[in-house]
Amino acid sequence: MSTVAFITARGLFGRRRALLLLPLPILLVGLALLCRMYDVSPDMWGQAVIVALGLAVVLPVVALIVGTGVLGSEVDDGTIVHILTKPLARRDIILAKYAVAASVTTVVSAVPLFLTGVLAGSARLGGALAVAATVGAFAYSALFLLFSLVSRRPVLVGLVYILVWEGLLGNFVSGTKNLAIGQYVIAITDKIAPNGMMDTPVSLTTAIVMSAIFTVAGTVFAINRLGSFSLAGETS
Amino acid sequence: MTAQTLPAETPAATLGVVDLVNVSRWYGNVVAVNDITMSLNPGVTGLLGPNGAGKTTVLHMMAGFLAPSRGMVTIDGKPTWRNPAVYRDLGLVTEREAVHGFLTARQFVTACARMQKLKDPEAAAQRALELVEMTGAAERRIETFSKGMRQRTRVAAALVHEPRVLLLDEPFNGMDPRQRMHMMELLHSLGDRGHTILFSSHILEEVEQVAGLVQVIVAGRLAASGDYRKIRRLMTNRPHVFAVRSSDDRRLAVALMAEKSVAGIEIEATGLTVRASDYGSFTRVLPRIALDQGIRLHQLVPSDESLESVFSYLLEG
Repeated sequence: MSTVAFITARGLFGRRRALLLLPLPILLVGLALLCRMYDVSPDMWGQAVIVALGLAVVLPVVALIVGTGVLGSEVDDGTIVHILTKPLARRDIILAKYAVAASVTTVVSAVPLFLTGVLAGSARLGGALAVAATVGAFAYSALFLLFSLVSRRPVLVGLVYILVWEGLLGNFVSGTKNLAIGQYVIAITDKIAPNGMMDTPVSLTTAIVMSAIFTVAGTVFAINRLGSFSLAGETS
Repeated sequence: MTAQTLPAETPAATLGVVDLVNVSRWYGNVVAVNDITMSLNPGVTGLLGPNGAGKTTVLHMMAGFLAPSRGMVTIDGKPTWRNPAVYRDLGLVTEREAVHGFLTARQFVTACARMQKLKDPEAAAQRALELVEMTGAAERRIETFSKGMRQRTRVAAALVHEPRVLLLDEPFNGMDPRQRMHMMELLHSLGDRGHTILFSSHILEEVEQVAGLVQVIVAGRLAASGDYRKIRRLMTNRPHVFAVRSSDDRRLAVALMAEKSVAGIEIEATGLTVRASDYGSFTRVLPRIALDQGIRLHQLVPSDESLESVFSYLLEG
C-alpha cells in the first residue's frame, strides 16, 4: 500500500464523517429485512427499497462522502500540501486516492446491495446489484474526486449532481439519462438479472462504455487539475 | 544545542539557487506581486514586509504552488511550477498549520520520508525529529500538540530529505521565546551548512537575528534588498514623527527649533507635531530642554512607528 493511500485511508476513517457511511447501508438492509420478516412480497417493496433508496441514494451518497473525503477534506484543511510537496507524479497521488475511494465505496455500497438483492428474491439479483454497484462506485468516485479539485464546495456540487441532474432532470428531459451514472447501474443490473422493477432507456453497451468514459475522463481531469494546484495566500 | 547534532556531511554544499526574474502575479485587477527580480543563494535570507505585502504569494510561487502571471521562478534553473521533481531539493513550511492530526509526529515525518523515497525513512525521520527537539513527543498524535510543537513537527517533515532549499512562511508565529531561539539557531546552522533558507516575517527584529540578507517587500514590490545592517540604517536615519503635548507648547517649540536633531515642528490645537531627524538625540534632548525651560511634558508619542510607515518610507527611498 502506498504511503499516500495509507494516509488517505487513515484520514478517511479517522474523521468523524466516516460515521456518516453507516446509517444508509444499515437502513437499506434493515428495511429489506423487515419486509422479508413480515412476508411482504418483493413486488411491493423491491422498487422503492432497491431502486429508489439503494441505487438512487445509498450508492451515490456513499460515493460522495468517500470521494470528497479522500481529497476534498485535505484540500479544505490544507493538509494536501504535505503530499504535494513531494517528488511524486500527480498521477500516482490521484490513482492512490482513487483506489481508496473506489474500493471503500464498493465495499460500503455493494455488500448491502447484495444482501438486499438476496432478500428481495435471488442471489442472482444480489450478484447483479453488487456488480453494477461496483461499476457505479468506480465511475462515481472518479467524478466526485474531480469535483474536489474543481470546486471549493465539492459536496454541494455532488449533491446537485445526484439530486438535480440524476434525480430530477431525468424525469423531464430523458436525454440526460444517457449522462447519468445511476442509469448505467440500473441498466447493468437489469441485464444481468432481469426484473420487473427497473426501467431505463440506456442500453448495456452505452452503460458500460459511458461508465468507462466517466471513470477515465474524471481521473485524467483530476490528475491534470492536481498538477496545477494553487495555494491561496493567507496574508497576501 | 541540538543544532550541533546535524550530520557532518553537507549535501547542500553545491547548488540551491532560487531565481525570480521579472515575476508578477495578479488576481483579476489586483496586482499581488509586481515585477520582482531576486536571487537567493545558500545562506539565510529573510523576506520582510508588512502583512498583505505579497510575501506569501512570493513564497508560494517559489514553492511551485502558484503560477507567476508573468516572469520565471526557478530553482537551480528548473521551473518550480508544474514540476514535482523540484521537491527533491525543496522543503516548504506553510503558514497554515494544517497537519494530519491523526498521525503521531514520528508516523507523519516517516510518511514524508517515504514519499521522498528515502532509503532509510525511519532513520531520516529520527534525525529530523532530533533536529527540532521533538523526539520526546514523537509517539504522540499531532492533534494533541501545542502550536509550537506542531510547527516544529512540520519543520522536521520539511527537512527530512535535507533539501537544498527550505522555504518557511512566518515560522516563528506561535512559538515561545525558547522555541523561537532554537528555531533561529537551527536556521542559522542550516544556512551555515550551505542550505538556501528563506523565511518570511513581518517583524524586523526576528529577521535581523537570523538573516544576514534581507529582501523587503512592500505592496507587492521589492523595496529593498541586501545586507540587513544597511536596511536598518535606512530605517534609523528616516525622520521620526512625535506628537508632543506640554504645559507650554509654543515656548517648547521655540526651544526645540534650536536643536539639530529637530527637522520641523507644527503647532496645532492638540499639541506639537515634531519631526526629528535623529531618533536617539531627540529623545535625549527633549527632557533636558523641558527641564531647562521649566515646561512640564504631558505626552510624548511616536506617531509613525507602525511597520507600515517604516516600510513605506523604505519604498519611497
